[in-house]
Amino acid sequence: MNGAIEAPTIEYGLLAPLLLVFGAAVIGVLVEAFAPRYLRKSIHVPLTLLSLAGGFALVLVQALRGSLPTTPAAMGAVAVDGPSLFIWGVILVLSFVCVLLINDEGHFVASAAAVPGSADEEEAETAGGGHTEVYPLVLFAVGGMMLFPAAHDLLTMFVGLEVMSLPLYLLCGLARRRRLLSQEASMKYFLLGAFSSAFFLYGMAMIYGYAGTVSLPGINQALSSGVLLDPLLLIGMALLGVGLLFKIGAAPFQAWKPDVYQGAPTPITALMASGTLVAAVGALLRVFWVGLGNLDWDWRPVMWGVAALTMLVGSILAITQTDIKRMLAYSSIAHAGFLLIGVMATFDSPAGNAGSLSAILFYLVVYGFTTVGAFAVVTIVRDPGGEAWHLSRWAGLGKRSPLLAGTFAFFLLAFAGIPLTSGFFGKYAVFTAALGSGAEVGDSLGGWMVGLVVLGVVASAVAAFFYVRVIVLMFFSDAAADGPSIAVPSTGTVAVISVAMLVTVGVGLFPQPVLDLANQAASGLFIR
Amino acid sequence: MTTQYLILSGLLFAIGAMGVLIRRNAIVVFMCVELMLNACNLAFVTFARQVGNLEGQIIAFFVMVVAAAEVVVGLAIIVTIFRTRRSASVDDANLLKY
Repeated sequence: MNGAIEAPTIEYGLLAPLLLVFGAAVIGVLVEAFAPRYLRKSIHVPLTLLSLAGGFALVLVQALRGSLPTTPAAMGAVAVDGPSLFIWGVILVLSFVCVLLINDEGHFVASAAAVPGSADEEEAETAGGGHTEVYPLVLFAVGGMMLFPAAHDLLTMFVGLEVMSLPLYLLCGLARRRRLLSQEASMKYFLLGAFSSAFFLYGMAMIYGYAGTVSLPGINQALSSGVLLDPLLLIGMALLGVGLLFKIGAAPFQAWKPDVYQGAPTPITALMASGTLVAAVGALLRVFWVGLGNLDWDWRPVMWGVAALTMLVGSILAITQTDIKRMLAYSSIAHAGFLLIGVMATFDSPAGNAGSLSAILFYLVVYGFTTVGAFAVVTIVRDPGGEAWHLSRWAGLGKRSPLLAGTFAFFLLAFAGIPLTSGFFGKYAVFTAALGSGAEVGDSLGGWMVGLVVLGVVASAVAAFFYVRVIVLMFFSDAAADGPSIAVPSTGTVAVISVAMLVTVGVGLFPQPVLDLANQAASGLFIR
Repeated sequence: MTTQYLILSGLLFAIGAMGVLIRRNAIVVFMCVELMLNACNLAFVTFARQVGNLEGQIIAFFVMVVAAAEVVVGLAIIVTIFRTRRSASVDDANLLKY
């Protein structure tokens, strides 16, 4: 323990996208502190959008340069490999699009500290403005989302998890309408999120006790030489799993998702439904494939149960929902289940694993864009009191505004996985990977994998029922006399819906370019 | 020699988890989460002693910083709820369901 401390080497070039986003977030806080109130928004919006676009450009530069590093950056803390770069790119584009939604007037409360219905609130409303802190908070959350799946040791992963979650807890509570719901969503998300991260942390402590290190390759090495049935290891694995599965909203840890998605301001829901899921699946893959890869005989049966339960809970409970955002939340739970099928599809050969990984990455792109598009449509179907949340209010929307209703119907069909939409190829890729993995093992486990895929197809069919129900409601029901109005969408919202539509249709017709990109990103697998 | 510390840490974690599940006041629930984090810290420090490297002790520092940040965010949220509803009970916040 003696001797001089060596200065750490940090690969600033590799980490540039991450540092840019965090740097812009810090500058955003300074703007909040020093810029006059009337100027803040006009500084924040370009700053946020430029830093996200700049981050994406830096990711592109690294991807195009070709030679990816084979060792982790920042003294083994962050792995900038193919999957990381792909996930960073997806998160940056999705969050850019979400910021365009956030940018719209009227989503966020003017003063979060004012009690709903009080004179203070009225005063803040008339003064206008609104919280501009939203922008730096979003940037911090996006930075956390990027760090979380790229972390190469569990400590960095934990820090990334918290940097991602803490701003989101706050953002959830800032809705302008129905503030009680929003505050309640914020508190529920916070208490349950903190609870789950405590589980993650205790799991990390147990793994540290077993392996003597928290770096993922170190854990893998300890597994290849150590006892595989050590209680420390098994407890640690289970608790880590709880923490990560909570974040992707897998059953039985899904309870927060409908509440939070319903209560949060819709642009923030879009950010959570897309970005957080992408990041959390990336982190889950890294822990279970890199760190605990040698233990897949232990975790695959458990994951089987979780995936099956998640798909069924998500698609069956969605049928009874009457709130549009809550329905989309249950749909997001079902999709988390489909993604878990991909997570289970491990092979003995690296080539097989790369195939599964690319299927998952492809699914993430497809689902991320469709979900942002769907929530963007939700933001512009309005009632006098805000968004038209009750499903019955959507009746007859197809007659009133065929274009908008048609777009939404298309997103729903993509969620259901109907051919010619991107969702079909996403599901197809994941299910094929799972069948291939089952065929490789053969005998009983192979049969279980086939069973899971069959269950996935059944769950998709059940899910298709409630998606189609909404479509029928929009096109074949009579509109209420005082039906919802369609707000004139801002340029940003139109851009978001168009981009989401373009990706959903484009990938549905020509999936090959995105598949190629995912294949290329996955070909090197994770750095070990 | 480290077994007792691990047992203590496990007990603290279990007490914290039970507290989160059965206590009704949001502040107390939150304190129980903090108790769980501190149980993790104790486990980390104990294991650092056992495996003979400093990683665990360093992690404990990180956890303290994260816990402090979590307190800031958590208290802000709970105080806002309290000002609106005049109650910090997690049972009263029941508008979102089914």
